[in-house]
Amino acid sequence: MPKLRNLAHARTGDKGNTSNIAVIAYNPGDYELLRRELTPERVRTFFRGVVHGEVLRYELPRLGALNFVMSGALGGGVTRSLALDAHGKSLGSALLDIDIE
Amino acid sequence: MRTIRLGAGAGYSGDRIEPALELAEHGQLDYLIFECLAERTIAMAQQARRRDPEGGFDPLLEERMRAVLPACARNGVRIITNMGAANPVGAARRVAAIAAELGIARLRVAAVTGDDVLAVVLSGDYRFEESGEPVASRLDTLISANAYLGVEGIRDALAHGADIVITGRAADPALFAAPLAHEFGWPLDDAQRMGQATVVGHLLECAGQITGGYFADPGFKEVPDLARLGFPIGEVGEDGDVVITKLAAAGGCVTAATCKEQLLYEIHDPARYLQPDVVADFSGVEVEEIAPDRVRVSGGSGSAATGLLKVSVGYVDGYAGEGQISYAGPGAVARARLALDIVRERLTIIGTQARELRFDLIGVDALHGTESSRGHADPYEVRVRVIGRTASLAEATRIGNEVETLYTNGPSGGGGATKSVREIVAIQSVLIPRHLARPAVQFVEV
Repeated sequence: MPKLRNLAHARTGDKGNTSNIAVIAYNPGDYELLRRELTPERVRTFFRGVVHGEVLRYELPRLGALNFVMSGALGGGVTRSLALDAHGKSLGSALLDIDIE
Repeated sequence: MRTIRLGAGAGYSGDRIEPALELAEHGQLDYLIFECLAERTIAMAQQARRRDPEGGFDPLLEERMRAVLPACARNGVRIITNMGAANPVGAARRVAAIAAELGIARLRVAAVTGDDVLAVVLSGDYRFEESGEPVASRLDTLISANAYLGVEGIRDALAHGADIVITGRAADPALFAAPLAHEFGWPLDDAQRMGQATVVGHLLECAGQITGGYFADPGFKEVPDLARLGFPIGEVGEDGDVVITKLAAAGGCVTAATCKEQLLYEIHDPARYLQPDVVADFSGVEVEEIAPDRVRVSGGSGSAATGLLKVSVGYVDGYAGEGQISYAGPGAVARARLALDIVRERLTIIGTQARELRFDLIGVDALHGTESSRGHADPYEVRVRVIGRTASLAEATRIGNEVETLYTNGPSGGGGATKSVREIVAIQSVLIPRHLARPAVQFVEV
């Protein structure tokens, strides 16, 4: 089964206790497939051990991109988190392992 | 059409210095802009200023300025930076002294102040946006409160002839939007212009992150010559459209993909990116490759600012004590898990008062927890990591010590133990009415 990594690239950002992952289609033609497959519920399930709040998804069709905003994802906030990757910079790479039908 | 060339000289306080020098020398820049303040940098700088009233600005200020000032003076490149941190006036004096030492004459250095709103926050009934608790509940350990100022102070400093503008806390994109507002005469209440100016600033503020840094993924996304990564140049026209590029000789790449990733970096709702001067809207942004390493970005817009300013409040939130030790070979993960169990029990036996504890296996579950690592094969080697948050330095010290004692009291073959303690400087935010944080400009002449 193809992985998200074959269709898209990703970058993770942090603000306080919220992480955002931008998922961007290499080929704009795959945007609709990503929009259908990569629901906020699916992303939340994928990160169930990490994300303790809600997952919101913003759509950017002109860029072929989806922006996932995950609250309660950074161990109480970047500045006070005890996590090894307090910024959660590695989260986007993990998401690229998700299967796309 | 008139074009202004903005170069990014740093994307964070510890960033590489040579790429900025390359831009100062060969970038044909109008402005070289250094963004060096992360969320908590200013709180730590405030602590430094309490120890040394002349200090409290960026530790690399002197090294950076010595590197770029001669080329900037020679080529007429003006500098804007938030390296003033907790002491913009002190930083401006320091830069003026360095310029004099280097024989650079007639340099006008401006400090923009007004972001320090600790008194305002203490005199009001504010609550933290994140936790909802009153600011007063952290009174004992409060360090700093700095408002994210907008374009106005920097623009005014430029209008009064500043060659170098040094700020404390300012919204990162404002460092880039200010010279555009100054050069093109854009009114700060022109939401469409300030929205696109925010796009320009947001793309450039992390320096190497748009020229191929934080991007390479071998086999999928290749980036040439990352050891010589060039920092970006933004060529901005009077219509606000920007072409992002880099020096041809520098490493890295500028592509639609690098620009899209950076456009959405640290963004929540792309249609409502809150800034001091505008609510920027990135939803209509278009990204187009027009030549190798040249990408045009247009279509940013916005609506009126909220009238509130975000304030970062820094406070000490206890101490972190940490210990690590490694295991390898057959059964490494099992021995590492045994090690974690032992430390967990030891911390109970000695009665450690920790507010929060983490037990990680680096190489297995430290980054994304046990859920994500389930089903993956055991690695050859693994590193045990135990970290806790405590009220006192002494308590924190005991956590690392307990990991270290695994050498002689723990499982077979534990090696490479390390331990550390640090004070935790935490940040939360409050919102204040805009009129309570007014920028002021102060000049230091060489």
